Amino acid sequence: MRRLLSGNEAMALGAYHAGVRVAAAYPGTPSTEILENLARMEDIYVEWSTNEKVALEVGMGASYGGVRAFVSMKHVGLNVAADPFFAASQTGIGGGLVVVSCDDPGMHSSQNEQDNRHYAKFAKVPMLEPSDSQEAYDLIGHAFDISEEYDTPVLFRSSTRISHSKSVVEVPDAGGNARKTAVFSRDPHKFVMVPSNARPRHPLMEERIRRLTEYVETFPSNSLVLGDRSLGIISAGAAYQYAREVFPEASFLKLVTTYPLPGRLIREFASEVETLLVVEELDPFMEEHIRAMGIEVMGKAVVPITGELNPQVLRERATEAGLLPAPVPSATPVTVERKLPLRPPLLCPGCPHTAVSYALKTMRFTHSTPVPEGGEGETAAAKKERRRAIATSDIGCYTLAVYPPLDALDTCACMGASIGQAHGLEKAGITDRIVSVIGDSTFMHSGITSLVNVVYNEGRGTIVILDNNTTAMTGHQGHPGTGISARGEQVPRVIIEELARGIGVRDVNVVSAFDLKLIQDTIRRCVDADEPSVIVVRGPCPLRERGKGKPLVVNADKCNLCGNCLNLGCSAISPEADHVRIDPVVCVGDRCAVCLQVCHRQAIEVTEG
Amino acid sequence: MAKTDILMTGVGGQGVILASDALAEIAVKSGWDVKKSDSLGMSQRGGSVVSHLRLGKEVFSPLIEKGNADFLLAFELLEGARWAEHLRPGGVAIVNIHTMPPPSVLSTDTTYPSTSEVEDILRQFTDQVFLLPGTQMVRELGNPQVLNVLLIGFLSAFLEIDEQSYIDDLSQRVPAKFLDLNLEAFARGRQEASNRTPPGRR
Repeated sequence: MRRLLSGNEAMALGAYHAGVRVAAAYPGTPSTEILENLARMEDIYVEWSTNEKVALEVGMGASYGGVRAFVSMKHVGLNVAADPFFAASQTGIGGGLVVVSCDDPGMHSSQNEQDNRHYAKFAKVPMLEPSDSQEAYDLIGHAFDISEEYDTPVLFRSSTRISHSKSVVEVPDAGGNARKTAVFSRDPHKFVMVPSNARPRHPLMEERIRRLTEYVETFPSNSLVLGDRSLGIISAGAAYQYAREVFPEASFLKLVTTYPLPGRLIREFASEVETLLVVEELDPFMEEHIRAMGIEVMGKAVVPITGELNPQVLRERATEAGLLPAPVPSATPVTVERKLPLRPPLLCPGCPHTAVSYALKTMRFTHSTPVPEGGEGETAAAKKERRRAIATSDIGCYTLAVYPPLDALDTCACMGASIGQAHGLEKAGITDRIVSVIGDSTFMHSGITSLVNVVYNEGRGTIVILDNNTTAMTGHQGHPGTGISARGEQVPRVIIEELARGIGVRDVNVVSAFDLKLIQDTIRRCVDADEPSVIVVRGPCPLRERGKGKPLVVNADKCNLCGNCLNLGCSAISPEADHVRIDPVVCVGDRCAVCLQVCHRQAIEVTEG
Repeated sequence: MAKTDILMTGVGGQGVILASDALAEIAVKSGWDVKKSDSLGMSQRGGSVVSHLRLGKEVFSPLIEKGNADFLLAFELLEGARWAEHLRPGGVAIVNIHTMPPPSVLSTDTTYPSTSEVEDILRQFTDQVFLLPGTQMVRELGNPQVLNVLLIGFLSAFLEIDEQSYIDDLSQRVPAKFLDLNLEAFARGRQEASNRTPPGRR
């Protein structure tokens, strides 16, 4: 059967047909849809874990129990899961264990573009890389086989273009889910990594890679296309497709086993061609290995080390390097001269993050700059001024409040960092008011331990937890605070305010995300308190709960276009000649009504519509 | 089968991805090799959306290079201008003249382009420019949700895919009570294309 599948759909189907029994993940672009697709398949266990480390530990447990286990995450998720990833390499597996890492070259929706191929080499784990959806489907089955044959987890490396592009896949008409029976066989020498058991495992890991190096020499999906011998290209993943497009005449060695690399195959290919070029996205992972083999090769001298690769960039750089003839200059202009307005993503109309972001943007606190110790001290009194609070932020939709007009945030680094960063600023002696801003799903992922840390180490932090009752940025997945499972079923709900109280926070507040004054008053009280406080700002994501309130309209006689409401950055509000207008199609009405609360002239009114 | 590169652009929520998914499925069923890649990241939130759709005998890259698109199908005026550079010389630009000014026109020195400015930009790359009051046309049909079907109907007049394949796909994809509306929108778009182009030009 020919089907048009995204890479993520193909990986999910491949895992199902390979007999996976347990699948676990934490949502993260571009990997999210893999588990979402598995959650639609019958008779397998699927979960959103609280974070990637937990997901991989669940996968390890299932694998130790003798069944095939599958774990997927975005590239930075593997940083979170690095500890169990290395541990799984050390113990080996029971049933096959496949770990998918979806890298994000170009940072379409990520904070960095690290190249996770290094993790394979680092953890001494074999790696497979598909170059389209067909290979994504086919290789998952191979990955499970390799895992079981060589007693190792397998890293399956995708990228944004592989995961999210669609291409034609030939799949069996009646692919089933033939599973192994779960059996745990006690084996402390393998599964209990006290030093005396761990030491003998390391030589086994080295031996495993040596055997795998031999195995990949004849791996069927590594393929050779011999064309013009003057240029030979070694490539993998999405980069291979771009290279085929840009160099239609060249010879190719396409590799899907990118760790360990097939040395003899590479050497044979190199001897067939005059010039050898490695086309790979991000780091010179293959290039450095090939050069270390003593083979003359070009790579990053031509292909950029930063950003997402595409045929355009590859063509330009190859032309500059003399690998392609210069194009005939065109008679017609090739660039648009006129500057066009950008259209960046925004918080949606009705977003529960708007009011709190506006509060952080606009609230001012009296701040006394302390006289420096041992300073000249011309004035004995501290300098007083009105300042904003410092807002340490986290990973989620609310990070969009860093853009104008909200411009409300001061940091965003990695999942869960906001609370620890705020604590560090406080302990460093920063005397500004400090607020941490973190979403409900991110708090569950890795904010809880940081909140415990604040309580234990006598911090005074004000932690704002933005609770929209979903993992919104990645497309509305459940998490422990929602009480909705990966399959969409009702399950026990972890209640954030009770969790905070249980940790030992005494000052726990729950406020409506659409009550600006209450948000402002609560923040003002909490930042000046001498103990840690939590403010749960609660309101549903408007993309998930789509109901509308009564319509809001602008009274044109009262509006003087002061621009206050425009500072909310709500895309439902736009300026006209002498007043603002609210677009009734996208506005959610009085279930939000934050604009009404910031208008000094009462020019925004609720109608009975 | 000749290579056909189609770039679809618009604003999050307009149904660009859905249209490109449908056309891709139709092309697969009609025997083409197909690759497609959509704009990534946070486009659901009112941002620019672009979908690269490539049909051919054997397609490698899922991305269309600048100067290579045979068709630019824009669901919104500004997004038509933004991607003009991707058109190949003589490619076909089909642009819904509906305007959705982004908030950045308030805070930056850039202004929203007029229809004639956009037409001038497109004509730098091709003389096959079709400016279409698509949003107006679907309002007349009674439902703004079928804009993507109407635009695909217009585009379909240029493609080597049998008309029945589109109708079959709609019949499978669309709930029964909306089917007539969708078929009407498709026919309206396709009819508009034949009204505007002499048969030999296609």
